[in-house]
Amino acid sequence: MHVLSIRRPRSPRKVLLGGAGLLGFLLIWQLVPTLGLVNSQYLPYVTDVLVRLVEEFRDLAFWRRLGLTMTSWGIGLSVATAAAVALGAVVGLVPFLRRATHTMVEFLRPIPSVALIPLAVLMFGIQMRAALVIIIYASFWQVFVQMIYGVADVDAVARDTARSFDLTRRERLWYLVLPTALPYLMTGVRLAAAVALILAITAEMVIGNPGLGQMIELSRSAGDATGLYAFVVVTGLLGLGVNLVFRYIERRSLSWHQSVRGEQVQ
Amino acid sequence: MPDRDVLLQVEHLRKVYESATGDVEAIGDVSFTMDAGELLCVVGPSGCGKTTLLKCLAGLLRPTSGRVEMHGAPVTGPSPAMAVVFQEYGRSLYPWLTVRGNVELPLRHKRLSSAARGKLVADALDAVGLGHAARSHPWQLSGGMQQRVAIARAVAYQPEVLIMDEPFAAVDAQTRADLEDLVRELHTSRNMSIVFVTHDIDESIYLGERVLVLSRSPTWVQEDLTVDLPPGRDQINTRALPRFTQLRTHVYDQIQRAKRGQAVAP
Amino acid sequence: MSTRTVAVTARTVPGTGRARRRRGVGRRVVGGFLYSLGLPFLLLVLWGVLSTSSTNRFFPGPVAIAESFIDTWVGAAFVEDVLPSLYRLALGILASIVLGVAAGTLIGLFGWLRELLEPLLEFFRAIPPPVLIPVVMLLLGITDTMKVVVIVSGALWPVLLNTIDGVRAIDSVMSETAESFQVTWWERLWFLVLPSASPRIMAGVRQSLSVALILMVISEMFASSAGLGYRIAYFQRNYLIAEMWSGILLLGLVGVLLAVTFGVVERRVLRWYHGIREVNRA
Repeated sequence: MHVLSIRRPRSPRKVLLGGAGLLGFLLIWQLVPTLGLVNSQYLPYVTDVLVRLVEEFRDLAFWRRLGLTMTSWGIGLSVATAAAVALGAVVGLVPFLRRATHTMVEFLRPIPSVALIPLAVLMFGIQMRAALVIIIYASFWQVFVQMIYGVADVDAVARDTARSFDLTRRERLWYLVLPTALPYLMTGVRLAAAVALILAITAEMVIGNPGLGQMIELSRSAGDATGLYAFVVVTGLLGLGVNLVFRYIERRSLSWHQSVRGEQVQ
Repeated sequence: MPDRDVLLQVEHLRKVYESATGDVEAIGDVSFTMDAGELLCVVGPSGCGKTTLLKCLAGLLRPTSGRVEMHGAPVTGPSPAMAVVFQEYGRSLYPWLTVRGNVELPLRHKRLSSAARGKLVADALDAVGLGHAARSHPWQLSGGMQQRVAIARAVAYQPEVLIMDEPFAAVDAQTRADLEDLVRELHTSRNMSIVFVTHDIDESIYLGERVLVLSRSPTWVQEDLTVDLPPGRDQINTRALPRFTQLRTHVYDQIQRAKRGQAVAP
Repeated sequence: MSTRTVAVTARTVPGTGRARRRRGVGRRVVGGFLYSLGLPFLLLVLWGVLSTSSTNRFFPGPVAIAESFIDTWVGAAFVEDVLPSLYRLALGILASIVLGVAAGTLIGLFGWLRELLEPLLEFFRAIPPPVLIPVVMLLLGITDTMKVVVIVSGALWPVLLNTIDGVRAIDSVMSETAESFQVTWWERLWFLVLPSASPRIMAGVRQSLSVALILMVISEMFASSAGLGYRIAYFQRNYLIAEMWSGILLLGLVGVLLAVTFGVVERRVLRWYHGIREVNRA
C-alpha cells in the first residue's frame, strides 16, 4: 500500500456526543417537574438533588455509613473469593468431584440469594453478619463457576508436556493450572464484585443494618425524595467505580497472561 | 471471435483510503475495458489493490477519481447486474440459513413468484452440483462445497457480470481444480461475463480469455494479455501445452518485475 | 485443526459382542444416575439425620419441610400468591426482552445514537437494580404495574447492552455480501443483523432472567401484600420456620425452572451456533 500521509486519530466527536447526551438527560430531568409533568415530590429537580449530593459528601455520617457498606462488601467478596478459589480448584481438578457436584451446583446456582434473606435475619438478626451471609453466598457462585471453567481449560498439550517432564503436582498447579485459570478467575472476581455490591446494598435495604442501603430505605419511608435520588446517584457512581477498578485489574492481569501466551489484545 | 458489446469501462480509476491515521493510495491509475461474455482474469503482486479494484467495479466503493461505467452508465453502487463471490466463503454465507436459504436471500426482493424463485435456486444448485444439499447448513459442508454455494448464490441472482475475488485461495488444490472447471463451464454454457481476481498465475491463464497484470502499488495496468489457448480447456491437456508454459512464464516474469517495481508506467 | 490418529482394533468375539455393549451402556446409565443424584441424596439423608438429633430450630428436617411444602403451596396459596407472582415475572421478562432488543438494535445500528447515549447507559447499568425499587415505588405507587416496571427496570439492561454489542459486531464480509446483493433494510435486519447478534442477545437474556427473579422477590418482600416473596417474609416475621423454608425451596424451583426453560429455548434458537461449535471442535 502506498502511504500518502499520517494523521493522528480523532475522538472529540465521541466525547462531545456523550457529553451532549448527558446534558440533554439532565435538562429533561429538570424540565419534567418544572413543567408539572410529574409532581416534584416524586421527581425532584436535578438541581436540588445535586445540591443534596454535595451536602451529603460534606457530612461525616454519610461517609461512615458508606464505609459500613463497603466493609461488608469487602469482607464478603474476600471470603467468597477465597472459598471459591479453593473449592473451585479442588472440584475442577478432580473429575469425579466435578461430576458428582454438577446437579447440586446447577440447582443451587439459580436460587436468588435474596431468597435467603429471611433465613439470615432469623439466624443473625439485623446485623452486618446477616448481610454477609447473603453477600458471600451470591459472590461465591460467580467465582466458583469461573474457577471450574478455568481449571478445566488447561491446554491438553501443555498438560501432557508437564507430565512427560515429571513435574510434581505442586509445580503443575503453580506453573500450569493457576496461570490458565487466572483470566477466568479475574472475570469471576469482577462479576462477584458487582454482585457483592448489589447485595450489600440490597441487604441493607431489606434487613435494615446500617449502611447506604439503609439510608435509601429510610429516605423512602420518610418521603425524602431528594435524599432518595441523591443516594441512588451515589450507588450508581459506586457501581461505576467498582466496575472500572476491577476491569482495570482484569485487563492488567490478562495482558500479562496473554503476552505470555502470545495472543493479541483486541 | 464474434463481435461483442463493451460491458465494463474503467477509465483512470484512482482510489485513496482515508483513515484516521493517514491516507493510503490503493489504486493509482487503472484503465481497461471488458466485453460482454468475456472471462477476464486479474493478477498482480500481493497488496496491489486487486480487492479494492473489485469493490470499485462492484459499486461497493466509490472511486476517488476516474470512472467505472457499465453499458455506458456510471456505476454508483451495487446493481442487480453484478454479483460478487468473496474469498472468505465461511464469512460470506450466513450460518443460520440453509444452503437453499442462502441462495434464495438475494432473490427475495426481486419481483418473482415463489415458484420462479424456487426454480432459479434449484437450477443454480444443480449447476454447481449441490442439488442434494439444499437443506443442509453451510457449516456442515466442506470448504469447496461452501464456495460452490456462494457461486450458486451469485448465479441464481442472474447478473450480467460475475465478480470473483480470489474465490479459490482458501481451498485445497484438488478442489480448486474442480472449481476452476466449474467456472469455465458456467462461462461457456451460460455465456456469463466473469471478472476473476487471483494471485495464482496458472489459474489466471487456465481460466482467462484475457489477463490483466497489475503493477505494484500505486497500481496501474502493467499488461493486458490475450490468452490465445483453445476455448475447450481441461486441467491435464491445456496445462501441458507449450503455449501455456510460454504465457505462464511471461506473466510470472511480469509479476516479478512488478514486485521489484521495475516496470515503468507509460 | 489437529489431526489425531486413533488406532482402531476390531475385536470380534462372536456372541458376546452385543451383550457386552449392552452391559456397558447399562453401566453408564446407572453411573450417570448415581452421579447426578448421588450427592444431593446423601446430603439430604445427612440433613435428615442431623435435624432429628439436634434441636436447632432454624433448620428443620427435610421431612418437615416437604410436609409444610405440600400444606402451604398445594392449594389456594398457589393460585393467590404464586401464580400472580409468576405472571408478573413473565410479563416483566417479556417486556424487557422486547424493549431491550428493539432499543438495542436501534442504538447498535446508529453509531451517533450510541455515542450520545453511552455515558447514560453506563451509569444506569451500574445502579444496583434493587435500588431502583424505592424510586419506582415513589413514581408509580404500589400497583401491579409498578411491580412489573420494577422488574423491567433491572432486567432490561443485560438484554439492551448485549443487543447493542451483538448488533455492532456484525462480520464485515457478511455485511458487504448483503450490500452487494442489494438486500433491503428489512431483510437485512431480519436475516443478518438479528440472527448474527442472537448469541450475544441470548447471553443477555440469561442474565436478565436472574435479575428479574431477584427483583420480583425483593419488590414483594418490600412493597406488597401478596405474592411469593411476601409470603416468605411473612413466614419469617411470624417464625413459621418450616413454611419459610418451603417458600425458599419453591423459589429455588422457580429459578431452576426458568434456567431449564431458557436452556431449551436457547438450544432451539441457537441450533446453528451450537452446530458450528461442534463442527469446529471435531
